[in-house]
Amino acid sequence: MPKDDGIGASTKRREDVRFLTGNGKYTDDINLRGQSYVHFLRSDVAHGRINGIDTSAAEAMPGVLKVFTSADFASAGGIPCGWQVTDRFGQVMQEPKHPILAEGKVRHVGDPICAVVAETYEQARDAAEAIELDIEELEPVIDMKAALAEGAPKVHDDLTSNLCYDWGFVEENKDAVNAAFESAAHVVSLELTNNRLVANPMEPRVAVGDYDPWGDSHTLYTTSQNPHVIRLLMGAFVLNIPEHKLRVVAPDVGGGFGSKIYHYAEEAFCTYAAKVLKRPVKWTSSRSEAFISDAHGRDHKTKIELALDADHNFTALRTETYANMGAYLSTFAPSIPTWLHGTLMAGNYKTPLIYVNVKAVFTNTVPVDAYRGAGRPEATFQIERLVDKAAREMGVDPIELRRQNFIKPDQFPYQTPVAVVYDTGNYHATMDKMLELADYAGFEARRAESAKNGKLRGFGIAHYIEACGIAPSNLVGQLGARAGLYESASIRVNATGSISVYTGSHSHGQGHETTFAQVVADMIGIDATSIEIHHGDTSNTPMGMGTYGSRSLAVGGSAIVKATNKVIDKAKKIAAHLLEAAPEDIELKDGKFSVAGTDKSVDWSGVTLAAYVPHNYPLEDLEPGLEETAFYDPSNFTYPSGAYGCEIELDPETGKIDILRFIAADDFGNIVNPMIVEGQVHGGLAQGIGQALLENCVYDENGQLLSGSFMDYAMPRADDVRGFTVDHSCVTPCTHNPLGVKGCGEAGAIGSPPAVVNAAIDALHRAGHTHVTHIDMPLTPSRVWAAMNS
Amino acid sequence: MHNFEFVKPSSVADAVAALANGEAQPLSGGQTLIPSMKARLNAPEVLVSLTGISEMIGVSLDGGALVVGAATTHATVAQDAASHFPALAALAGQIGDPAVRTRGTLGGSLANNDPSACYPSAVLGTGATIVTNAREIAADDYFQGMFTTALEEGEIITAVRFPIPERAAYAKFLQPASRFALTGVFVAKYASGVRVAVTGASEGGVFRWAEAEAALSSSFDADAIAQLSHPADGMIADLHGTSEYRAHLVRVMTQRAVRAAH
Repeated sequence: MPKDDGIGASTKRREDVRFLTGNGKYTDDINLRGQSYVHFLRSDVAHGRINGIDTSAAEAMPGVLKVFTSADFASAGGIPCGWQVTDRFGQVMQEPKHPILAEGKVRHVGDPICAVVAETYEQARDAAEAIELDIEELEPVIDMKAALAEGAPKVHDDLTSNLCYDWGFVEENKDAVNAAFESAAHVVSLELTNNRLVANPMEPRVAVGDYDPWGDSHTLYTTSQNPHVIRLLMGAFVLNIPEHKLRVVAPDVGGGFGSKIYHYAEEAFCTYAAKVLKRPVKWTSSRSEAFISDAHGRDHKTKIELALDADHNFTALRTETYANMGAYLSTFAPSIPTWLHGTLMAGNYKTPLIYVNVKAVFTNTVPVDAYRGAGRPEATFQIERLVDKAAREMGVDPIELRRQNFIKPDQFPYQTPVAVVYDTGNYHATMDKMLELADYAGFEARRAESAKNGKLRGFGIAHYIEACGIAPSNLVGQLGARAGLYESASIRVNATGSISVYTGSHSHGQGHETTFAQVVADMIGIDATSIEIHHGDTSNTPMGMGTYGSRSLAVGGSAIVKATNKVIDKAKKIAAHLLEAAPEDIELKDGKFSVAGTDKSVDWSGVTLAAYVPHNYPLEDLEPGLEETAFYDPSNFTYPSGAYGCEIELDPETGKIDILRFIAADDFGNIVNPMIVEGQVHGGLAQGIGQALLENCVYDENGQLLSGSFMDYAMPRADDVRGFTVDHSCVTPCTHNPLGVKGCGEAGAIGSPPAVVNAAIDALHRAGHTHVTHIDMPLTPSRVWAAMNS
Repeated sequence: MHNFEFVKPSSVADAVAALANGEAQPLSGGQTLIPSMKARLNAPEVLVSLTGISEMIGVSLDGGALVVGAATTHATVAQDAASHFPALAALAGQIGDPAVRTRGTLGGSLANNDPSACYPSAVLGTGATIVTNAREIAADDYFQGMFTTALEEGEIITAVRFPIPERAAYAKFLQPASRFALTGVFVAKYASGVRVAVTGASEGGVFRWAEAEAALSSSFDADAIAQLSHPADGMIADLHGTSEYRAHLVRVMTQRAVRAAH
């Protein structure tokens, strides 16, 4: 194995050279000959009826090529939803049309009404100001419970109500769960909000549409986490363009965090308008536009209850959640509060009976969809806050209460009462490791030291489970997914032995170009620098499902392993011919094929050259060339888990929380590049801590976004997250994928919010503020101070 | 951003003349005006830059006063005022981020009079004199409410004369997103008494807290105001803090400023 760049090596990220020197090639760096620019005129009211649009003055403005309205898209489909949820009564969800440009009504601030295409961006903006809109304002619905009230204004007039679905899971368990609560020795309940977030990747969304009239073919360059998915959704459902006439390219992408999974109206617009105008059409989102057009995340309101017996064993859990869908169904929105949330409600515990109810609600707000963690942070936050509250109410140690109820290491594979089977895990080990790294034994002394300075010190714990590596296609198909969730890879070995890998995964910061090369290098035993990873272009990569849900290594990496094994199998046959031996006697080690038990050998490039210059070659038995494709469909999710510890100091005068130490002990299974894993955890922790202390997307009662810029939406900065202790030495390899990997991209964002909030409550309780049992995120100083003084 | 004419005069007189055109707006560091123009919320036809006027730039001593040219950047004040008036230098060094401090100016901040800006608290807290092309205005007369000042149309702040206090400090509690002052308090002790000016907290913009001034004038000690509380009426309430919280911070940050004063 090459020591410096094989599996397990902290190889430096090769892509960072171009990123850090400003030489990345992002979508906005693509400028085509004859390119025009589109500006979207967006609704500034949350809900209104469009009584008239007069574009004549705008059409006459300098440089204007055309002003589009919904009338130009009469033949196009709506933006499709990729997941259909069936409710607890067996009915499919209500699914409204999501037009490219608003039809008849505007339904949220930011809903695009007109699109002005001009020679320059400024001309398009100038002309948009000349459009005369006649919009009759309607009463909006912003609060979810108000949206479900009898007689509430409807976001979509053609639906029966604002209820998208009322989902129960597992519906058959409901009575048994209720009965367990009746007979419980203790019942602990908690009402909480999982705050709405804006993903805010560093690169805003961009789309460039191009049309080749001679080939009647379209190209869309877009900031996407999954170009093949966009090609399928947009081609088949929106614009009726067959795949062979539609190329989607997602080049370097500057962060996604879920918000770039979805097919957005702007992508379909640019693709379509390029054909209408016979000119490339470019859209670059401003940051202000991103706040009102990128899908938001989270936004759940939940009541959760836990039943315990007299010995503090968890006997049942039930929840009622209201999940905000926003004004339209974004691509995967219905699946987030259901299958990516309800199936994780067992957490790390042996709770035998669970019932989850979720009501998904339409409101006059931006659509809500997956954001880093997607459903699993919501589940983890509920469980880990509630377990902490239970420990306090019963006067037991929150660590011991968790340990007592953990699934034991010898109980895997473990069938939970919420459908999924955890293949491996050792929660006791991660908890012990975290406490050791946290020097938990020394906490009391540190607390006394803080007290001398007038500060309240607290220690918070959370233990999470997540389901990654989405997903077995047949399973998600049964659950309502309208797509498969396999991954693909092609390994093209070149004549002189270098390798071009084409993956269906997409890297938008994860470092695939480095880690995937490490995997192939390790398997063949050649230097990783002779391996290049290609991704993001539907014209050269096999149909793949893209990157989200911490799936790239577990699913995409497995496809690469499968394809590489096919290559190795064929290469061994070629080597056997060259060495005049039987294929089964050929061994591959360190890039050299040898005949077992002899000194006969041929190196990797000798075999690859023979494949492409087949002069001495078994042509009658074997095709020339060395190129293989594989598709990998996982048999189960993967289940990363971990223990997080957060130590804070709280200033009782101002309510301000400072995170002093944060310890993450994760079990990600096997690890390819420890440095990259550590970086992924750092990023996730920063976003999770951001949610816990800073970030909040807030609408007023009129549906105006109060946190519509970085002046009011507080992103975590470097001095908010001082440093982390990250450990991944607890390893229980995944049992069902070839690398034994689980995925690490979302863990930090999943496990950290409850750890932070638990730490704050701990600090307050230790200082005698025992009346404070919960504070909703973000824990701003004002909220903490108000809770202390309530 | 809409197109505009750009004029960069080199004297106050030329700037005043350029601003006589009613469609012209003065541009100093541009930290508020330029973003609002980019958002198309503001579209002046002529911008008259004030940053090329050398007589409006620099920090100098004039008897017991520190005179800061209105077009002096925060970064320059943070550096050049440090030995004469460290509390003012420290305030300037906490405004925004390095990019803001390199462009933003004292005069621009005062002319805009954002209710959460830092500088107004130092000007009011020291009883400074605002010098314009036409007259001198006492700080107590200058600030007239949120984004409102005593400046007349076309009037340019050329300098601010700060009486250097015996002891002073600025204590700022950050609004976490913008990092403007959620509540900031400037405390200055003079032989004649103590002044306390509060920014970020009130819907009326920067204001003096008379009760604290009286108590601190008797005893310049944080404990002297421990029992005081500022009423919540008229305090800003938003995503980042309730009016009660801001009223509470007024006392806490005043105490912290007193403790930090040197």
